[in-house]
Amino acid sequence: MMNLLDFLTPSAEVCRRTGPHDKIVFSSRVRLARNLPGVSFPGHGKKADRVRAYEQLMPAVQSVPEMAGGLAESMERLTPSDKQLLVERHLISREHAAKGAGSGFILNREESFCVMVNEEDHLRMQALRPGLQLREAWVAIDALDTALQERLEFAFSSQYGYLTACPTNLGTGIRVSAMLHLPGLVLSEQVSQIIQAVSKLGLAVRGLYGEGTEALGNIFQVSNQMTLGESESEIVERINKVLQQVIEHEENARTSLLEKKSRVVFNHVGRAFGILSHAHTISSKETMNLLSLLRLGVDIGLFPATSRAFVDELLLLTQPSHLQALYTKREKLSAEERDILRADVLRDRLRGLDRPDHSSLGSGSAGTPAPES
Amino acid sequence: MVCQLCKQKEATVHLTQIVEDEMKKLDLCEACAKQKGVTDPTGFSLAELLLGAAGDAPAADPASSSVSDAKCTRCGLTQAEFKKNGRMGCSECYTAFADSLEVVLKGMHKGTRHRGKVPVGLRRAADQQATLEKLSTQLQGAIAAEDFEQAARLRDEIKAVKAAA
Repeated sequence: MMNLLDFLTPSAEVCRRTGPHDKIVFSSRVRLARNLPGVSFPGHGKKADRVRAYEQLMPAVQSVPEMAGGLAESMERLTPSDKQLLVERHLISREHAAKGAGSGFILNREESFCVMVNEEDHLRMQALRPGLQLREAWVAIDALDTALQERLEFAFSSQYGYLTACPTNLGTGIRVSAMLHLPGLVLSEQVSQIIQAVSKLGLAVRGLYGEGTEALGNIFQVSNQMTLGESESEIVERINKVLQQVIEHEENARTSLLEKKSRVVFNHVGRAFGILSHAHTISSKETMNLLSLLRLGVDIGLFPATSRAFVDELLLLTQPSHLQALYTKREKLSAEERDILRADVLRDRLRGLDRPDHSSLGSGSAGTPAPES
Repeated sequence: MVCQLCKQKEATVHLTQIVEDEMKKLDLCEACAKQKGVTDPTGFSLAELLLGAAGDAPAADPASSSVSDAKCTRCGLTQAEFKKNGRMGCSECYTAFADSLEVVLKGMHKGTRHRGKVPVGLRRAADQQATLEKLSTQLQGAIAAEDFEQAARLRDEIKAVKAAA
């Protein structure tokens, strides 16, 4: 198959996409789960069932005008590093990356729609938008779903709604989620309170790559858990309201950190810059945590505002598969080799970023002297 | 889902029983369920309910009527497998395991009834049904008023709507 990176939008361009509240909200997505009636779900059926669903779904999805000019592939034809690349772009789930023959994925040219065939359900389609744009994402995926319903019949009951492999997705089959950058709440040690409050409202908070992952780089995913008994719009509005509040708390946390503990913040950002631009070997995890601090530095004015896209690009291309695909022709690097390559790339790229400048932000000596941690 | 006995009220009582290795299902409204004594778990058998009191089908073994023996007739998933993995095997499983599902869903979701998007086809069928009902009411009115010209027009219109289905 073609080189996947040649098809995907370059990292730098992806990161230049802007949207409302994109200082705090990386992206919004709405996913719908749909299944064919009378065909076993992918996890239960035999291979023949999966193939039957695959052969029906792949052409149907591709025939929708919104998906034109995109990429449609069987998971069998993607290399492990291609699959990982798609995970790092948040285009497919880690579960889907493990799939092979009989599963597929379809991405439109603008990368605003991504459809997984035979993941946990026959069809999982999602609309993606930069920044906080949940309503827009819902409208987009609703239209794609409607277009597909002209071509396919989905399993539906008037009592339970759209029938899904897991009853947790039953009804609307909707998963509304946003990816948030919350360094202010983490640094001011308020984030666990916020997570608890959000959980009480029936929303789930997860790490960067969804289910069961830790919050690397102060990045959190918030999504609805309940899918039955409420309409799609009600779910979208509820999570939207909660997110507005989380954004406000994050903004307040940042303001108060700058007022009361600016030295602590400058210290964190300065050290992050120092390590990232001088390290000779660095893990993916450390890189993400430090780049998160650089991003905070951009937001509070320690770096030019235009460098946010630059930092976001570094967040993406220092991920294992991006690093491997972009910077080496070698087949497979060991973890140690990758850490060295990552540090080399960071040192080189960060020569393009001036040192953090706090001169316009006060002396950084307000409040009590910061304890060194 | 409509009650299978009175065919009028919404069915809220869902029964599954295994009789001679065959799964029987029944959806009843509350009133019919009470009338048939379904709410009293001691003396009830689906066969009796379906065939009337005189039903000559052998009484179901009480042990085999337990829900954990339920199995999806389409994909073969058993209730025990569902309990273990938390995943349904196919869309039909939702009918097969309807009884125990209600409790599961209550703890999981805001409600137990879908309130969201309805498939395009069903919505269209519902719209068409509403149109047909409206037209036939008008037709009755026209006939009663002996406005046969109007009646003929309405009859053609009804034919056209039916043909479009």
